[in-house]
Parts: sequence; C-alpha cells; structure tokens
Amino acid sequence: MSAAVEVRDLTRRFGGFTAVDRVSFEVGTGEIFGFLGPNGAGKTTTLKMLTGLLPPTSGEAVVAGVDVAQQALELRARIGYMSQKFSLYGDLTVDENLELFAGLYGVTGERFARRRAWALHMAGIEGQERRLTAELPLGWKQRLALGCAVLHEPPLLFLDEPTSGVDPMARRAFWDLIYELAAGGTTVLVSTHYMEEAEYCHRLLLMHRGRIIAQGRPAELRGLMAEPIYSFRTDHAPQAVEALQHAEGVREAALFGRDLHVVLDPERDEPERVRALLAAAGHAVHGIEQVEPSLEDVFVALVRREGGAVTT
Amino acid sequence: MRKHALDLGRLLAVARKETIQLRRDPRSLAMAFLLPLGLLLFFGYAISWDLKDLPIAVRDEDATRSSRELVDALEGSNFFQVAERLDSRAPIDHLLRHGQVRGVLVIPRGFSRDLAAGRRAPVQLLLDGSDANTAIIMMNYADAIAARWSQQVLLRGQQLPGLATAEPRVWYNPTLASRNMIVPGLIAVIMSIIAAMLTALTIAREWERGTMEQLAATPVHRLEVVFGKLLPYVVIGFIDVAGSTILGMLLFGVPLRGSVLLLAGLTLLFLLGALGLGIFISAALKSQVLATQVALVATYLPALLLSGFIFDLGAMAPVLQAISRIVPARYFIAVTRGIFLKGVGVQVLWIQGLSMIIFAAVGIGAATAAFRKRISA
Repeated sequence: MSAAVEVRDLTRRFGGFTAVDRVSFEVGTGEIFGFLGPNGAGKTTTLKMLTGLLPPTSGEAVVAGVDVAQQALELRARIGYMSQKFSLYGDLTVDENLELFAGLYGVTGERFARRRAWALHMAGIEGQERRLTAELPLGWKQRLALGCAVLHEPPLLFLDEPTSGVDPMARRAFWDLIYELAAGGTTVLVSTHYMEEAEYCHRLLLMHRGRIIAQGRPAELRGLMAEPIYSFRTDHAPQAVEALQHAEGVREAALFGRDLHVVLDPERDEPERVRALLAAAGHAVHGIEQVEPSLEDVFVALVRREGGAVTT
Repeated sequence: MRKHALDLGRLLAVARKETIQLRRDPRSLAMAFLLPLGLLLFFGYAISWDLKDLPIAVRDEDATRSSRELVDALEGSNFFQVAERLDSRAPIDHLLRHGQVRGVLVIPRGFSRDLAAGRRAPVQLLLDGSDANTAIIMMNYADAIAARWSQQVLLRGQQLPGLATAEPRVWYNPTLASRNMIVPGLIAVIMSIIAAMLTALTIAREWERGTMEQLAATPVHRLEVVFGKLLPYVVIGFIDVAGSTILGMLLFGVPLRGSVLLLAGLTLLFLLGALGLGIFISAALKSQVLATQVALVATYLPALLLSGFIFDLGAMAPVLQAISRIVPARYFIAVTRGIFLKGVGVQVLWIQGLSMIIFAAVGIGAATAAFRKRISA
C-alpha cells in the first residue's frame, strides 16, 4: 500500500493561536481516512492545508506526490475538494455547474459527455439538468457538489463535513457514494463530527485542540479504552443518574436511551457494587450488560486522560 | 517542476459562468445598462452652463430707430429676453431686488445722436451681481452683442471703420455649447463609476456565498479568474460607451470628430483599469455592501471633482492638481473630449494612453494580488 498522503509535523498558527499543532500521519491509496473531532479541533484547517488552500506555518505535506506548499495549482488538478458549506453556484442550472467545473478541470469533449452522464446518474438527478441548483433539495445539491468535485476523476478526494445538515437517509446515501468511489481506487479524506460516520472510515484520526490524540482503525481505537462500560436497566434512569454522580469507582454515568451507561474505574470493575449502590438509592436494576465502547466514549475517555475538558 | 500555464479554456469557463449569473441578476443588469443611460440623460439635460432667455428690462430713453435696433439685437440673440419695457428709471431697483429681471438696459437720451456724430455712445447695463457667475456671463454676452451691432452700424457706411477690433473665433466648440463638453466628459465619469461598481460585487458575492473556496480548490489560476471575470464586464462597458456615444450624438448633437477606433482602444485600456479597481476592492473587502460603497466613494467624487469634468484642473490648488494625476477619469476625460471635439489622434493622446496602461496594469495587478492573499486567509 503506497502512501497517497504523507504529513510530517504539519502546523498552522493564526497569530498566537495554534489551529493545527505538529500533526503527522500517512494515508494509503484507496483508503477512506476520517478526521474526527469537535468543532475547532483543527480538522478543516488540516484539510485546507492538504488541498493547498492554506499555506502551512511549518512542517510538510506531500499529497499525490506533490508538495502542497510548492505546487498548489499542480496539486489541485489531482484532487477533488468539497467544502463544508454547499458551494456550487445556486444561480446556475445543474448543467451549467457541471459545465463550469468541467471547464475548470479541463474535462472536454467525449470525456465530458461521459462524466456528465455519470455525475447525473450518481447524484440521482437525471432529468433535473435544467433546474436552478438553488431549487434542489440539500441532499441532491450535496451529491451534485460531489459529482462536480470528482468530474476530472482525481485519485484523491477531500470532503470537509460533507453531510452536515442533511437527514440520516441522505447521509447514508452519500456514504454509499463514498464507498463506491473508494472501491474504484479513489483515496478519500473526510472530516466529520458525526460519530456514526466515523465508524464507516477505514482509519481515523481523532483530533482535539489542533492535536492528534489517537489514530487507527475504529476497532483499534475502541480497544484503546481501558475502562469497562456497563448498561443498567432501571425504571427511572434519569433519577438513577443522579444517584451515581459522586459514587466511588464510577468515572461517568450517563443516559443512553432508556438505559443507564456507566463507565467504571478499570481498577474497580465491580458492576454488582453499582447495582447495590442503586438499590440503596431505591432504584431496582433489572439487568446489567457490558457494552462495546462507542467512538464517542473513546474520544471522551482519551480527552480526559490528556487532562482536558471535552467541549462538543 | 512543470510551470502551470495560463489556460484559455479555464478563463472562458469563468467568463461564461459570470455572464450567465449576470444575465440572471436583475440588479446587476440594471446597474450595467439602465444606470448609465439614466445618468447620461439626467446630467445631459440637467447640467448646462449655457444661459438662455435671461429676463431683462429695458428703459429706452432715446426711443429712436437706432435704440430700438440695439434692443432687437439683444433680444434676437436668444440670450436675453425683454421682460419689461419701462417708462421711467423708478422701478429698476424694485425689479432687480425681487429678482424679476436679471439685468436692466438703460439707453440714455442722445444715444442715436452721438452715434450719428461718430462719438462714443454709451449705454448702461445694470446687473444683479448676487450671482456673480451669471452676471459676468451676461456682461460678456451683452458686450459681444453690442460690439457686433456697432460693427454692423459702421459697415452700413455711415462712418469709416477706424477701429481695429479683435475677432475671436472659438475652435472645436464654436457655439461654446457646454453640452458638447459635458457629454464626452460625462461618458468618462459614468464609466468610472459603473465599471468599479459592477465588479465590486463580483468577488465579494463569491465570498459571501462560499463559492470562492470551491473555485479556489480547482486548478484555476488567479489571473484566469480575474480576466475571466473582467471579460463580460469589458463587453458591457463597450456597449455602455457605444450607447452613450450614439445617444450623445443623436440626442444632444455632440460631434464625434476623431477616430472611433482610437476611442475604442483607449476605452478598452480605461475599462481594464476601472474594472480591475473594482475587483481589487471586492477581493480586499469581501463584503458586497462595503465593496459597493467603497467603490462608489473611490470613483464618484474624484471622477466628478478632480477630473476636470466640472472644475478646471489648471485653476486648482497645486495639491489638488497633484491628486488629480492619480484619478484615471482625468485621462479618460481628456481622451473623450479630445476625440469627440478636437478629433485629435495618437500623437496627442499618447500620454493619456500611457497613463491608462499604467492604471490598467496597477488595477489588474492589485486585483490579482488581493485575490491571492484572500484565497489563503
């Protein structure tokens, strides 16, 4: 697996504020590589540096064999980029947007005809070619934006929170497209703050306050969490949460649906003791089950281990 | 490292997109076509430094054929209109004080007698000096009319022509119609404003809508963006200048004596600079509202006041004269007036041409630089 992206100590400062702090990682060809973190974690800034939109303060990044700081225009011919905000021209029709980006990417003649048909099919908007883009539903717009971004069949695709604002169905459909592109050999770098989306990625970078706090496959990341998590079934979970707020050996107690999720101290992995605590407070426990940590659990635990507060 | 060459295809893709957007935006269309037309009509009709049919009163104490001829000559000039014929000098003060007349001509008894005897025959013209400019113009008109009339009297052979008189001939604008000066100047002023205002919107709009980032992520070179955006506006600018020229000729009777080709060439240079300035403002400020206001202030006042359009540059304080040298409208006004009225060519206008080449280079250079800086911020 050759590296599509190689990043060494990439740093970006805005005045006294360090948005991205000595970040290093590699992305293999054909991978779906995710950036996970809350707003302000440095995901967008990292993506902007990798796409040549923002010069790094220090460090280096080689993307598709091109040094991002040296040959920004060369780089942009080899990548596709979709920004956070929907950014096609609303006052152009679907076809006019496709023609514009084809012109900018140098996709002409028969190749354009083929790619146009592909993009319309992929976005599921055949028959809407003459409609103003502004009139389309957001999910369609985002798929069209994706189509425009990969019209020139780039080996690398950068997506900055591509599904923000759309419903879960449209989000799912969008991820099917990402999988399709990756299966065709495209390397995809995607940022998100949706934990469930992070699960779709082959590998992940967890970012917090400009720094990488962990990276690996979703399963590996879940393995990083030493603290056991149990799900307790009680009748009045909200009140039960209160009862465990300052209990010894309990790292965290939170509502999870109608159940209670409790993170225990690894040294005091005693769920029966918690059952007793709850019973003493008048909450009968009907069942206890150990659960797999979600990526959110992992994220919170890692940030806490670093001694920081989590702000999502 | 392969050099990233400028590509006409990308430039045209941007130009095409810009044209489509312009076509769908009524606000920009109105600004592009209706505003210049409206300004030309408004200023063309509203501004005039010519005075016509000024009301005067006449007290003819001589009441002879000669005195009546002099009054007829004044009235026949179109500059004056005799509003009152007085029986005495008594109401003169009242008439002037109330502004009913702008001046009073008094022809004293003995006027025709003096004239017949070959003596100087003075008449009195009382003027309302509260509007000094008008008073001076009236004085000059009356002097000229009286002098011409005197000459006719002399030529009738009643006396030998013993006086040498200067015979002024005004070239380029023989009737001294101020409209002939205003319209070509106005075209320059209007285009200064319109050009900068039109492009002031174009990049700021992309920032506000978030499309600039997507554009910046493609392999498009910033010069391709700047020129791609300029192209449709250059075409609009040409249509505006051509329309204003035709309208000026048909409606206001302004002559076009020089080369149309030269006018077109120099117009192109001017438009590149003025449009570039607008793009620079737009790229630097990133906000449509702010950019429009700055573009208006940066072009309107200098183009109006420091270009020689209204005020003679030669009569200005040295510091204002120095500032006027960086007002592009100054050079374009010299071009339009020179080509329209004097019919002069490159041998005269090369210095304006050179100034506008510098202006175009600075405008487009600044636009491109501001654009690059903003892309990465």
